[in-house]
Parts: sequence; structure tokens; C-alpha cells
Amino acid sequence: MSGGSYYVPAKSYWPILGSLATGFMMVGLGAQLVYGSANVLILIGVIAVVAVMAFWFRDVINESHQGLYDSQMDRSFRWGMGWFIFSEVMFFAAFFGALFYVRMFAIPWLGGEGAKGVSALLWPNFIAEWPLLSPPDASVSGPDNVFSPWQLPLVNTLLLVTSSITLTIAHEALKAEKRRVCRNWLAGTVILGCCFIFIQGVEYYEAYQHYGITLEAGIFGSTFFILTGFHGVHVIIGTLILMVMLARIIRGHFSDTGHFGFEASCWYWHFVDVVWLGLFIFVYVV
Amino acid sequence: MAPRIPLQSPLQHSDTVATAGGVDHHPSQPTGWRRWLLTTNHKEIGTLYLIFSLSMFFVGGIFALVVRAELFQPGLQLVEPEFFNQMTTMHGLIMVFAAVMPAFTGLANWMIPLQIGAPDMALPRLNNFSFWLLPVAFTLLLSTLLMPGGGPNFGWTFYAPLSTTYAPASTTFFILALHIAGISSILGAINIIATILNMRAPGMRLMDMPLFVWTWLITAFLLIAVMPVLAGVITMMLMDINFGTSFFDAGGGGDPVLFQHLFWFFGHPEVYIMILPAFGIVSAIIPTFARKPLFGYASMVYATAAIALLSFLVWAHHMFVVGLPLVAELFFMYSTMLIAVPTGVKVFNWVTTLFRGSISFESPMLFALAFVVLFTIGGFSGLMLAIAPADFQYHDTYFVVAHFHYVLVPGAIFAIMAGVYYWLPKWTGHYPNETLAKWHFWFSVIGVNLTFFPMHFAGLAGMPRRIPDYALQFADFNLVSSIGAFFFGASQLLFVLVIILCVRGGKPAPAKAWEGAVDLEWTVPSPAPLHTFETPPVFRQIEK
Ligand code: HEM
Ligand SMILES: [Cu+2]
Repeated sequence: MSGGSYYVPAKSYWPILGSLATGFMMVGLGAQLVYGSANVLILIGVIAVVAVMAFWFRDVINESHQGLYDSQMDRSFRWGMGWFIFSEVMFFAAFFGALFYVRMFAIPWLGGEGAKGVSALLWPNFIAEWPLLSPPDASVSGPDNVFSPWQLPLVNTLLLVTSSITLTIAHEALKAEKRRVCRNWLAGTVILGCCFIFIQGVEYYEAYQHYGITLEAGIFGSTFFILTGFHGVHVIIGTLILMVMLARIIRGHFSDTGHFGFEASCWYWHFVDVVWLGLFIFVYVV
Repeated sequence: MAPRIPLQSPLQHSDTVATAGGVDHHPSQPTGWRRWLLTTNHKEIGTLYLIFSLSMFFVGGIFALVVRAELFQPGLQLVEPEFFNQMTTMHGLIMVFAAVMPAFTGLANWMIPLQIGAPDMALPRLNNFSFWLLPVAFTLLLSTLLMPGGGPNFGWTFYAPLSTTYAPASTTFFILALHIAGISSILGAINIIATILNMRAPGMRLMDMPLFVWTWLITAFLLIAVMPVLAGVITMMLMDINFGTSFFDAGGGGDPVLFQHLFWFFGHPEVYIMILPAFGIVSAIIPTFARKPLFGYASMVYATAAIALLSFLVWAHHMFVVGLPLVAELFFMYSTMLIAVPTGVKVFNWVTTLFRGSISFESPMLFALAFVVLFTIGGFSGLMLAIAPADFQYHDTYFVVAHFHYVLVPGAIFAIMAGVYYWLPKWTGHYPNETLAKWHFWFSVIGVNLTFFPMHFAGLAGMPRRIPDYALQFADFNLVSSIGAFFFGASQLLFVLVIILCVRGGKPAPAKAWEGAVDLEWTVPSPAPLHTFETPPVFRQIEK
């Protein structure tokens, strides 16, 4: 509870600039999608958003170094980050929910199961199966084949699980004031993250080149790419965050007790890892 | 059972008043427009939210009046059907996302720190970011009306494939605008939760918090749980529209009904997001003007939590006619009816609080009492709709429109107005002009009922919603509704007048502006100085 020294920042340009930058980015994205040829707008928008975030976090770090934050402030950050991760969980829940719904209800019904099987009139030859290689309508061509989970996906699983372990070792090292150890294990984690991203890139290439798994390949391609795609974006962001943490460790930031920035990054990374486990099981294995 | 809860009054606090009124040792405050753009102060941000919401209330209101003008008579007179659809859609979107939600967030910003004895919100810069995303989002949304092909025309529920395969080109911008508004809501909610959980004055336990704080805590949880689902579903729309995916296309193995499930998994909790804080406001006002502690404080908290949890289990009551399996129809019918139980607990508690109170009828109380009566009517029509076999008849008729306008206008919006009249003395240091406020109240009550009551009958007789023309037998009902709507709209100008007059002057209000008020906000001076509770008050409740 309140100790009477809660730090309330006076005024800041970053929130207003951040919202303008967000608007810029979104307008650019929309203009690109609807009218084409607005790449530059998106680029400027993204750069502006990243820049604002960088300056904003710089301010926070400086304030923290000046000792303006007390334990109550620390708890506010913790609650904030925790609930933010919960919101991310719900974001992925929507995509997993779509996957489960399609697999458990929509496709069997399209195949004529239950009282809902009226679509048999529309697509009498449709066979319900998962992975769905031939979608009901002839205008949509499904994937030719799907990935075996025991090749690249398994490698990726091992990479991410290992990275969670190495990150925990780094965190423990930081708590024990062994900064060099922390730095090395953190660097290892970043490398594992980069490997994951690379392999995921290879898999996407394979998907398009050899497997016929594309965004247009019916519901299999749709669910595959939205789940792995948003997960991949999160890994990229997580890796960037860990890189920043690495830079801060090298610069001598953080102490054995005061390192919530580091800890929050760990939370985020573990969350991304757990999402992958769900993906591995429900998108690749079963 | 939780420990026995002491009565809500009286409170004691440290020398807050002196501190709050004392010397301002803060870095130089920017002035002019920069003050508002760069602010990190919860009161200024609260004011921004409220002003934004009020302006959007009028924008959405004008759209509604276009709709009502067209429906004044049968036949097509004023607008093209295409434009009519854009008006119903934009009206709904603006009222939900730009008027009601920001109004509650504004009240939360102003009042939660004051009610829990905190110096500000937990994350003040994030707070300002959350606000300024809103004008950006809604400028973008409104601009779709001017784009080639027109704005969104598929209703505020934007069902696929109407909103994907058959949608205007501007839909992509609509999606992106909603994304921005969603980010704003999520960040705002995170801030509110962190504030409530972490910034309470020493000695204030969770079960000591005023109900407005409690209801907002639970609302914020709902927001964080369901706004991301909305983000997910509109992202799938974006993909279907722009990247050829098949989420909502049965030809590719997807399912348009999937859209409805995802949308209503967000949408039903969303309607509670718009009503729980209203419950909190009414639970503050009724005890104040009945001069009695709230009856059943703990049961109010549990009822709120129960409503919030149940709201995750009832979404498909909006989909009874879509072709659900029988078990699903039954499950969602019964779970929906179950929500009426905790809602009934609340109404019971409000009425019991009034029982044998020494009641006075100032404008906040009038709005709160009208809330109790008229919201209950909306609850009853909700119960009728919850009966699945009956809903086969009512669905997509004006009966549904009547239902949700009863819970949202004399429900959510009356509660917001009650809150504004209740707290204006704290914000401005003046009482609002009571005579004008009473006129505003009576005009609003009459206007609301003239507008929405006949819709029940039109709906039961089978008039479909979202259609610019109708059969002759509905003419009388619609004529009354349209007259009522213009009357209601015009009376809201009085509301603006009262607010402006109150900001500029009026009868000065003391710290404790209402005789029966008990919460912490009434211990700081009126108007509340820019910085309050910099030294946390010591919160103590005395058992009677
Ligand atoms: C006892 C409580 C309630 C019950 C049993 C209930 C039940 C229902 C049902 C079954 C429907 C679907 C009707 C149809 O489309 O055929 C409905 C629609 C609606 N309800 Fe309620 N409701 C309740 C309270 C509320 C509250 C408190 C709000 C908001 C503050 C609300 C807002 C809405 C809205 C906005 C719609 C229509 C959405 C649309 O189709 O555009 N309801 N309600
Ligand atoms: Cu509902």
C-alpha cells in the first residue's frame, strides 16, 4: 500500500506522439491493403512507433536509475505486465477457439453430421477430415500435404523449451550477482530465439513451395498461418526485447534485487514458449 | 463466508484536506493546449475522457436521428437505404465504443483515485496514451463515411460474410480503427486494475472499497478478457478480406457461425462492461440520498462477480435462430436466465436501501431512481428474449431494439448522467443548477419512454430491425418513437447547458457536497485540487 512517495511523472510527449504514430501506422496499413502503394506510410508509422517506445522506455529506465520508484511502483509494473500477458493469452485463445470450433463442429457438420448436415445438398461429395486437404468448394484448393510434427516443428519445440531454461539460468545468475554468467546465458537464449525464427522461416518457405499450405488453402492454411504467424511475431518481439536486456546487462543495468525489466521480459518469453507448446500439440501433432 | 462487513460509514482520514490544499511542489505545469496533450494527471485525463464521450454522444445521436427521421413514416423519404444502413451501424458503434465506454473510463479516472485515497492512477503516462488513442481511432472510423463505397453498413455486430465478402472497401479501415480503440480499452483497464489492487489507502481492504470501485475492478477484468477476443475476430476478418483466408467462408471449410460465436463471446461481456460501472454509480447515489448505508454491501459485490462470471457462459443467446444444436439452445437459455438472479439481488438491495430511508430527490437521485425502474424493465424484456423458443419470434425485431435500449439508455446512460450530477460539485466546486437539471431529468424520462416503449409493440407485432421501410400497420408506433427521439435528443442540450453553467459558476459546494455522502472523495475540497492524497489518508472504518 501507499508509502507516500508514489512517483507521478509530470508531463510527457510520448503518449500523444505514440497515439499519433499508432494512427499513422494503421492508416498506412489500411491504405496499403485497400489502395495498394502505401508502403512508405507503413514504414514511417512503424519507425515512429518503435522510436516512441524507445524514448518512453528510456525515460522509465532513467527515472528508475534516479531512484524515483519505490516498491509500490514496482508492484504497479508487476500488475501491469501480468494483466498485459493475460490479455495476450485471450488474444491467442480466440485463434485456438477458432481452430477447435472448426475441427470439432464446423467440419463434421459440413460433412453431414448431426441435424446440421444441410450443407450436404450444397457439397454432396465433401468428406470431413482433418487436416482438411480438400475444402468443400472446388474454387478453394487445399494443401497438398501437411508437415510431420517430428521434423522441424519438433526441433523448434526443443529450441524454445531449451531457451526458457537458459533464460531461467540467466535470471538466477542475475539474482546471484553473477553478471558474466547472466550475460552468457542470456546471449545463448537470444541465439536460440533467432534459430527458432530462422527455422520458422524455412518452414514457411517449404509450406508455400512444396506443401501447398498457403493462406488461400482453405481453413487449414488459415488456422495454420494465423496461429503460427502471430506466435512468430511474438517470438520476434520477444527476441528483440531480450536483445535489449542483453545490451542493458552489458551496460551494467539491473541489480540482484531490482531488475523488473529483466523479469518482465522473462515472463513474456515463458508465455511465448507456453503458447508454442499449445501450438505444437494442436496444430502439428493431433 | 467472508468476514462480516462493517457498515460503510463513517470514515476517518488523516489531514488530507490540508495536504491536498497545500503548496504544490510539482514541476512546472504546462499551460494552454499542451497541458491537455501532455497531462499525466488523472483528473485532467478524466475530464478529457468525459468531454470526448459527450461529443461522441451527440455525433452518435445525430446518426440515430437520421434513422428516426427516415422511420418517421413508412416509405423511403430522406436517405438511400445504403446510407440508412451506414447510419444504424455507425450509431451503434459510436454509442458503444466512443460514448458509453469512454464515459465510464472518464468517471473511473476521476473518481477511483479519489475513492481509494490514491495520489493518481498507477501508470499515469499509460493513462494519457489510452485516452489519446481514442480520438485517433474514431477520427479514422468516422472518416470511413467519406470513403468511396461508403462506411460500414453491416450493423454494429458486423456479421460475416456481410462484413467480409459483401462489405465496402472501407471495412479494412473500420477494422484498424477498432483495433486502436481496443488497445485503448485494454491499456485503460490494465491501469484501472493496477490502481485498485495496488494504490488503496493504508487500511482499506478490498471489502471496504466503494461499490463503484468494485464494479470497475470487475469490469476491467472483463475488458482485459474479452477485448483481445474482439481483436482476434476482427483480425480474422481482415485476413479473410485481404489475404484470401477462409475463416468465415464455408466453401473453404470455415464457418460464418464461427464469427458469431467469437463476436458474442466478446459481445455479451461487453454489454456487462457497459452496465456494471453503472451499478456502482447507482449504489453510491441511492444510499447517499436515502441517508442509509447500502443494504447488502457484500451481496452486491458477490452479485457483481457472479454476473461477470456468468457473462462468459451465455453468449449464444444472441444466436438462438442461427441453427445451434438443441443442447446448446437449452444450455444458453438456462444460463441466461440464471443471470437474472444476481441482477435481481441488486435491484432488491437498491429497493431495500430506499426502504424507510429519509429520501430527498436531488437530480442525481432522480436519475438513479429512474435507472432502477427502467433498467428493470429492460431486464424483464431480456428474460423474455432468453426463452429460446420465444426468441425465434422476437429475434431481429424491434423488440430486441427496445430491450437493449432500455438497458443502455435509461440504464447505462442515465447512470452516467446521475454520476455526472453527483460528482459535478466535486469537479467544479459548484452545484449544478438544480432547476435545469430537473427539467433535463423529466424531459429525458419522457423522451426515453416515448422513443423506446412503442418499440416493444412494433417488435412483438413483427417489425424487423435495421430496415429503412416498414409495413403500414407499424406507422403509429414509429411516429411516436420518432417524436420521442427528437424530443430526447433536444433535451440533451439542456444537459450540456447545465454542465457549462456549472463549470462557470453556481452555488459553491463544500467538501462534502451531499449530506449523506460517505466515501473518501468527499473529504477533499470542492473543487478537488489538481493533486490529492499525495500523503495517503489513513482509512479506518468504525464498527457500529
Ligand atoms: C436480465 C438480464 C438480461 C437478459 C436475460 C438479456 C437477454 C438478451 C437476449 C436473449 C438478447 C438477444 C435477443 C435477440 O437478438 O434475439 C439480448 C440482446 C441484447 N442485450 Fe440483453 N439481456 C439482459 C441484460 C442486458 C444488459 C444489462 C445489457 C446492456 C447494458 C444488454 C444489452 C443487450 C444488447 C445490446 C442486445 C442486442 C445486441 C444486438 O443484437 O445488436 N442486455 N439480451
Ligand atoms: Cu447478451
